[in-house]
Amino acid sequence: MSPTVTTSSEANGNVSAATARAAASAAATAEAAGPQPVTMAKALNTALADAMHADPSVLVFGEDVGMLGGVFRITDGLTATFGEQRCFDTPLAESGIVGMAVGMAINGMRPVIEMQFDAFAYPAFEQIVSHVAKMHNRTKGAVKLPMVIRVPYAGGIGGVEHHCDSSESYYAHTAGLKVFTPATVADAYRMLREAIDSDDPVMFMEPKKLYWSKDQVDLDELRSQHSANAKAGKSSEGRAAVARPGTDATLIAYGPSVPTALAAAEAAAAEGRSLEVIDVRTIVPFDDETVSASVRKTGRAVVIAEAHGFASVSSEIVARVQERCFHHLAAPIRRVTGFDIPYPAPKLEKYYLPGVDRILDAVDDLQWEN
Amino acid sequence: MTISADHTAPDQASKAPVEDALSEAAKKFGITAEDYMLPARHQIQMVDPDGRLKPEGEQGTEPGHEYPLPGDDELMAAYEQLVVGRRVNDQNSALVRQGRMAVYPSSHGQEACQVAAALCLSEGDWMFPTYRDAVAVMARGVDPVQAMTIFRGDWHSGFDPHEHKVGIQCTPLTTQLLHAVGVAHAAKLRGESTVVLAMCGDGATSEGDFHEALNFAAVFHLPVIFFVQNNKYAISVPLSHQSVAPSLAHKAVGYGMAGERVDGNDVVALLAVLDRAVKLAREGSGPLLVEANTYRMQAHTNADDDTRYRENSEVAEWRAKDPVNRMRTYLTDRGLLDDDVESRTLEKAEAVATQLRDGLSEDVPVDPQELFRHVFAKPTPQLKEQSAMLADELARDASSQNSGSQEAGK
Ligand SMILES: Cc1ncc(C[n+]2csc(CCOP(=O)(O)OP(=O)(O)O)c2C)c(N)n1
Ligand SMILES: [Mg+2]
Repeated sequence: MSPTVTTSSEANGNVSAATARAAASAAATAEAAGPQPVTMAKALNTALADAMHADPSVLVFGEDVGMLGGVFRITDGLTATFGEQRCFDTPLAESGIVGMAVGMAINGMRPVIEMQFDAFAYPAFEQIVSHVAKMHNRTKGAVKLPMVIRVPYAGGIGGVEHHCDSSESYYAHTAGLKVFTPATVADAYRMLREAIDSDDPVMFMEPKKLYWSKDQVDLDELRSQHSANAKAGKSSEGRAAVARPGTDATLIAYGPSVPTALAAAEAAAAEGRSLEVIDVRTIVPFDDETVSASVRKTGRAVVIAEAHGFASVSSEIVARVQERCFHHLAAPIRRVTGFDIPYPAPKLEKYYLPGVDRILDAVDDLQWEN
Repeated sequence: MTISADHTAPDQASKAPVEDALSEAAKKFGITAEDYMLPARHQIQMVDPDGRLKPEGEQGTEPGHEYPLPGDDELMAAYEQLVVGRRVNDQNSALVRQGRMAVYPSSHGQEACQVAAALCLSEGDWMFPTYRDAVAVMARGVDPVQAMTIFRGDWHSGFDPHEHKVGIQCTPLTTQLLHAVGVAHAAKLRGESTVVLAMCGDGATSEGDFHEALNFAAVFHLPVIFFVQNNKYAISVPLSHQSVAPSLAHKAVGYGMAGERVDGNDVVALLAVLDRAVKLAREGSGPLLVEANTYRMQAHTNADDDTRYRENSEVAEWRAKDPVNRMRTYLTDRGLLDDDVESRTLEKAEAVATQLRDGLSEDVPVDPQELFRHVFAKPTPQLKEQSAMLADELARDASSQNSGSQEAGK
């Protein structure tokens, strides 16, 4: 899959392979105790480290990802473990980061690059849209770009302007990019490993407000599962998850909106309504089957997203569900999204973000009297 | 317009080619165009870290790179602003610690740059600052509380850029430099004698827009001063990872403009260099790049932990080069500053600090309907619909205050 490269930790002398393995197994022993509370940040960090252990062509670079370990600490310890040739800071230029990653991917590497925040990926838009997305098609597959562009995205953290954009729709709209967005800690690990293994370029959208959310997970088990799946050529790409089963209506959400949808389903249950929650997981490729099956079963649907609703992933989901489930629908599909306004200043974001009450209002509107 | 003469567009043939203007500028100083563009071999420093005026031969000046000492009034005005700026920085950081502000990128240690950037400009001139340049923005006359609105978090910008000719504090790095170029270009077309000062950090010089802005300004021969505060770090990344050029000021020559570097903690040298830059730009000598050699004394913002990437000893070294202390010593030794003036200056600083405390401690009422009011000059039908939806939600919320959930999403 990946050619042998000479930039392994042994070659640059920063850390011996034995030390690296010892560190990995120490980490493995610590985690061997079974499910433990793990943050999404830790799961992503572990996924990066595991991928770098598994394949010397995996490289991590970006702004502040080296010694600092990233402003969200997702790359923490990678430079210490793998050396400065495999995890390093670049000059401060996003277009440069993505463009160089394209060249490295052409020449046998698997770059996993970090955009510091959603809105700071925009200087790289040209590289992403004109090259990352199109290279495979232009060359009839002769040039593959096995690269991952990690983007901490969306709001809910009280960030000042340009730090809270939901930029997934730009990428989803661009043919040739896969777009993943995990909502759970286990998925963060699993999906990042799969994104790195993928021979296609993946926009990996990390809901930054969930970085410090914790789930009970067994990282060791996830690690072995991933190895087994990879060996068997299996991947969860393109599969949505039923995050909570239900019968009366379907809430369709992804990334930062999944916990909100789950909270709404919980509240609805108290009022005697059974809501199914679908976690889209990979926006591209989109799992029409799982989503449609749920809506056909319940007959009602609400799509939830933080991004502006206009010309967005949420509008695409509504269109697809309508096309596939029209005769099963008891009511028009509703959407609960961010307003069509620039992301608000911190003190106003609570009015913008889709919340439980707004979702329940939408559910109430699904023509139950019929 | 390009530098090469045979590309001169017909409608521009009557105007002086850039090449001539550059050599005109060089001629003023009796040096070659190349020597005019290249920075002097050493940074310009007039007052040393101990507050002593350096002998003329040791100020880093060279033929064509000569700088007269700024006048006493200007120096005293600068000192007052330095003291105010320091107080503003420390007051704002305290307000962040008290939870009154979300975040504050402090320019503690860089106050000389902040003050000089504001003082070198005349009334009709423009400034394009970054997130770290609040002190410069205030020194330019913007109300301190309005300047802090962005960090208080009730709106993105709290002031009208047209009022003081100060751009909105810009976060997407170096994007504002091109706006500065545009303002200067428009001013030129409108026959105004506006000079524009565009600010950015050392890390930001790696962004593509930095290079585009310099090139545009040079090609269109515009009165823009690019003022780079080289504080040695871009969050955790040291300058050595950004550039291996002899200095950031050396980047100027590649675009066909003049560059100079200056001790960024010496407000006397900063004023001397920037004053001359403004004069040259206004006289039509084209853009200039000024690199100020300074240091970010505190973490990038309160959210940053600088012990992860730099040594305390390095910070301590720079503490000894403090711009405020240096100026205090210098002015005291010159007999310009006495206890009286000092206490009046401190009072002024305290008044601004009080203004900030009062302005940022009051719980500003926010109006959710503002969200829809300013997206376009006139709200679209869709925005009106969304605004009505929110109004309805809030009305229902208010009427069920005691019974319903207080979920954050409403
Ligand atoms: C286009 C863009 N990329 C990344 C960032 C995130 N960011 C904010 S400040 C900063 C460091 C800038 O360093 P420098 O230009 O040296 O200015 P300083 O903060 O030191 O004043 C970074 C990477 C940003 N604001 N804009
Ligand atoms: Mg800097």
